[in-house]
Amino acid sequence: MEILVCVKRVPDTAENEFVMNSAGNDIERDDLVYSVNEWDNYAVEEAIQIVEKVGGSVTVVTAADADADEILRREMAMGAENGLLLNDDAFVGSDCKGIAHILKGAVGKGNYDLILTGAQADEGSGAVGGMLAAMLDLPYASLVNRVEVGDGKLTVGREIEGGRREINEITLPCVLSIQTGINEPRYVGVRGIRKVASVEIPALGAAELGIDASCVGAKGAAVRKLDYFVPVKGAGAEMLAGSAEEIADKLVEILKTNGGIS
Amino acid sequence: MAQVFAYLTHSNGVLDDAALELATAAKAISSSPATAIVAGHGVDAVAASAASIFEKVIKVDHAALSYPNAEVVRKALVAVIPQGSVVLFAHSTFSMDCAPGLSIKLGASFVADIVGIEGVEGSSLKVVRQELGGEVSTHVDVDISAGSVVAVRPGTFAPDEGKGAQGSVTDRSADLGDLSCERKFIEVQTPEAGDVDITKAEILISIGRGIEDEENIQLAMELKEAIGKGAEVSCSRPIVDAKWLEATRQVGTSGCTVKPKVYLACGISGSFQHMGGIKGGYIVAINKNPNAPIFQVADVGVVANIVEFLPVLTEKIASL
Repeated sequence: MEILVCVKRVPDTAENEFVMNSAGNDIERDDLVYSVNEWDNYAVEEAIQIVEKVGGSVTVVTAADADADEILRREMAMGAENGLLLNDDAFVGSDCKGIAHILKGAVGKGNYDLILTGAQADEGSGAVGGMLAAMLDLPYASLVNRVEVGDGKLTVGREIEGGRREINEITLPCVLSIQTGINEPRYVGVRGIRKVASVEIPALGAAELGIDASCVGAKGAAVRKLDYFVPVKGAGAEMLAGSAEEIADKLVEILKTNGGIS
Repeated sequence: MAQVFAYLTHSNGVLDDAALELATAAKAISSSPATAIVAGHGVDAVAASAASIFEKVIKVDHAALSYPNAEVVRKALVAVIPQGSVVLFAHSTFSMDCAPGLSIKLGASFVADIVGIEGVEGSSLKVVRQELGGEVSTHVDVDISAGSVVAVRPGTFAPDEGKGAQGSVTDRSADLGDLSCERKFIEVQTPEAGDVDITKAEILISIGRGIEDEENIQLAMELKEAIGKGAEVSCSRPIVDAKWLEATRQVGTSGCTVKPKVYLACGISGSFQHMGGIKGGYIVAINKNPNAPIFQVADVGVVANIVEFLPVLTEKIASL
């Protein structure tokens, strides 16, 4: 099975404290620690496990600037055979639909049986997979937390509310968005990354992908971010101050008053 | 002004409460009455409840809609919604499945999981969203000149209490056309009950990513033992994803809904999916990140590393 996995380089929420830039129109991005979108690691792992069972190869693709090279290599170190960077000045400022449009161009360059995305990324829209499927007229299932390969089709489980799972049969080729927890993404060591350090990653622009530049980038975006802001500090919880001992004493009182402990 | 539609979900013949919130959201977009859409099979009663909230209701009834397979529902919606419309969904696992593709098929813009509507000026809809797990917010301008599909986070809008609309139901089932699709719904599986029932606990010590290591889960277990009866350990999604605790201990929209007296959120950032599973109780948040979104919703907050702080609290309680 030929599998394309769409990945994204995102600011790591565990490693960063987000502050506004001086213009107030974005978060300060210069010193941020970036990593692979968490959901995408699960998607790549799932693709690798499918290929280990039924054969084929995994290609990882991202629509981003050249900085994203590092995350493509990380996913290749996991076991994806090929990397593909979609990079063009015309792509800057794309909304979800623009990104889906760019990825559609990449899909057209290959012959994929299965296309995976993470269920969502840093912006939390969870939109690109469903848009890409609709553009390609392929069936789609989101929030997938189980995949079984059948003959010309997959049986997939979708995570729905209340811890329940919705089972579907879906014809190949198709697009799936992958939910965290579906597998345990393998560890990537420094040695693994070194192994793929010199593998050539083709970079394709709008012309190579056959993309009309007016559909992508800031010009093609119907959804535009105007600014960023952080909630006002002090709104919300009453913050307890003091030493750990003092705070623990206060929490004990709270547990007595509200939790009924004695 | 674009016509506003609201897609209403329902289960077991009952309209989901989100309908009332979508009615409020629709009013924030347009002063003209919105049209509700009810799709399913044998949904006259659901359509009737929708008509008590919305002045106009479109009903589409078809055996293929017996279960809301997003791919089939999308085809049905494309058949009845005119291009250029604004279509509202409640942000959910269903909207994530259906709405992005619908926006492509309608040639409309798409914006998911909005937490506020600032207003409409001409063809510009201004909304508020969150990014990076709720740590930052953004104002977003959505071009609705070709229509738009908008998914609204549950709880963003107060339920419309102006019930008593005597709306009319229009049956558009005859317009559905071909609903065949390449994704077939098989069944819904419900999780098996575990040994632990966190929904019955009075005090929940709930741990998230901030616990850092599997072996540190012991710190939460020790606090639970110190408190004793009524206390239990629950967790957020990353802990279950890492297989450090069983799925039956997960709090959130994709896990259990809990209503303890006190909820001790330890190293939990407080995503809306997690908070959606907490239906009451006094919330104490302990997190080393002072910007963690959980501090916006907790009653009391402590900025601390839980790995260091939990043993201190355990000792205090053990010495009572």
